Amino acid sequence: MSSYSVTEPSVRQKWAAGTLVVIYALITILPLLWIIATSFKSPSDAIAYPPKTVFQPTLEGYVNLFTTRTRATEQDLKELGEPNTWYDRIVRKDGFVIAGPSRFLERFSNSMIIGFGSTVLCIVLGTAAAYAFSRFKVPLKDDLLFFILSTRMMPPIAVAIPIFLMFRSLGLNDTHAGMILLYTAVNLSLAVWLLKGFIDEIPIEYEEAALIDGYTRFQAFYKVVLPQAMTGIASTAIFCLIFAWNEYAFAVLLTSGTAQTAPPFIPTIIGVGGQDWPAVAAGATLFLVPVMIFTIVLRKHLLRGITFGAVRK
Amino acid sequence: MAQIRIQNVRKEFGAFTAVQSSSFTVEDGEFFMLLGPSGCGKTTTLRMMAGLELPTSGEIYIDGEEVGMKPASQRDIAFVFQMFALYPHMNVRKNISYPLLSQGMSRAEAKTRVEEVARILKIENILDRPVGGLSGGDRQRVALGRAIVRRPKAFFMDEPLGALDAEFREHMAEELRALHDRIGATTVYVTHDQLEAMQMGDKIVVMNHGVVEQFGKPQDIYDWPATKFVAKFIGSPAMNFFDFDGMIGIGSNVIELSGHRVTVPLSRQGASGKLTLGVRPEHIRFSDASAYRGRVLATEYLGTTQIVTMATPNGEIKARTPAKQSVTSGEIIGLEFDPQTLTIFDDMKGQALLSEANERVLRHG
Repeated sequence: MSSYSVTEPSVRQKWAAGTLVVIYALITILPLLWIIATSFKSPSDAIAYPPKTVFQPTLEGYVNLFTTRTRATEQDLKELGEPNTWYDRIVRKDGFVIAGPSRFLERFSNSMIIGFGSTVLCIVLGTAAAYAFSRFKVPLKDDLLFFILSTRMMPPIAVAIPIFLMFRSLGLNDTHAGMILLYTAVNLSLAVWLLKGFIDEIPIEYEEAALIDGYTRFQAFYKVVLPQAMTGIASTAIFCLIFAWNEYAFAVLLTSGTAQTAPPFIPTIIGVGGQDWPAVAAGATLFLVPVMIFTIVLRKHLLRGITFGAVRK
Repeated sequence: MAQIRIQNVRKEFGAFTAVQSSSFTVEDGEFFMLLGPSGCGKTTTLRMMAGLELPTSGEIYIDGEEVGMKPASQRDIAFVFQMFALYPHMNVRKNISYPLLSQGMSRAEAKTRVEEVARILKIENILDRPVGGLSGGDRQRVALGRAIVRRPKAFFMDEPLGALDAEFREHMAEELRALHDRIGATTVYVTHDQLEAMQMGDKIVVMNHGVVEQFGKPQDIYDWPATKFVAKFIGSPAMNFFDFDGMIGIGSNVIELSGHRVTVPLSRQGASGKLTLGVRPEHIRFSDASAYRGRVLATEYLGTTQIVTMATPNGEIKARTPAKQSVTSGEIIGLEFDPQTLTIFDDMKGQALLSEANERVLRHG
């Protein structure tokens, strides 16, 4: 049962609380809005001083994000004739021609594969381990759980060098499998602990009822426990995905080509001149989208209660 | 429907013995009560019968087949949990049909079975509701529905009325008993409430500390308790114990209670030393002719009867007498016992001595 404060807050207290929430929301959302705005600015508007809040929106940042370009002389541009597409037109305005696609799409899909891959693996292994810890007599259960938690007691990057050496000798450097394994290993302890808490809350009688109703233990787990653990699974998945998605240090250290994720790639877009902030902003904006969609999709599970009051305690 | 036989079943959890070598038989179609205080092993016994717990040793026969080591899903039984354990992510209809689907029954057939059960339990109007918003009674009925829909060999119920309000419990107990009389299924019911057990059961097993103390019909257990524990546990107020030092020989029918002769049923067993005379409160009469006397400490008026608490030379006792018989506190009254209702216990073993009166009940078990 939750407890309630005895005195109702006064109108003034409510106003003060509301104002604080709004201020906090503004502080957190402002950088986000700024990066989204920057992605639609031209390079000169992006570095204008004083900063521009009103500007002529352009897709130049997005075009630069997805392409590589070479500088062309007046002569060359004349020989090429009129640009065929809207993005050609944007690029030529500054005296460039498109040389080919950039690596962004590739890096972005690497992020998707590694992020979601490690999340799925984490949830599968984590749910199974949490269920076992919650329901069965495991020898040295408490010690094992503490050991699992202890892997989170140092910042993961503290073990970067041993992991680098290990990955090199195992041939996992710069591979999708290597990164999925690494992020799974980092997240799994959190997943096991979170999920164990949720599964502990589900009364064992549900499974026993299913066992008596003629189902096997696995069916009982799959059909009765899992649907009720959805809330826990959803929130754990969000945590795992956000970590894997945002991770930068290991990605810089362990990937360079085939398996490089978006976070180490985006800063490199800025190029030699150090002028192309709109392209960086465009990369960052697009990078936000999948996690936002994932969180919004799973939100309804986060809000739903576990047992709907079907149990009388 | 089936007979269930428990033979020398024992259950240990590490160093703790929950159930010690228990044996009893539940006859086909019986409403059978497992009664005892909490922690006595009654729930563990039921769970072993259901297959939710495996016995450390011993055999369990359902319908003549030894099932001790079989998983619950293969025993063809149904279980009603105290907390009902309705699947929260399914509505009422799905909850009830769930055991049918595991048997591979077609959806159409399952639907007719569910509706039939809903009619019996009068819950047709809530079939499509989620289980979350149901009242305690309706949840209880849905849990029963899920149990009877499969027509299993036996029903096991673990304090199914424990989660209900007191006033509703009475009503549900009647409904349960009526349902049993209607479908006649072998039912094993766990409870710690002796009144519930007496009220509903065809037969009762009384357990304590993992041991079966007595097993038989409610009236036999009430009239002729096999042990002091049973005598104390069953009946409200409990059986009175007059503790005395003395002896009784085989074939004797007299004991000496603080210097007064008391006639008891003809004894089939001899004993001496610390003994206890057990008398139900309603078998104590006030009589000026009796030399055995007690002092009235308090009276409780209960309408047609009253409970009179008295101090006697052998300890404090309670008598149930007609309410119209006026008694005042501090009064000294002679006490008389109905000879054919008395039980003598051996204090050391805590067991009743066999007599002419109780041997019919106590010999069989």
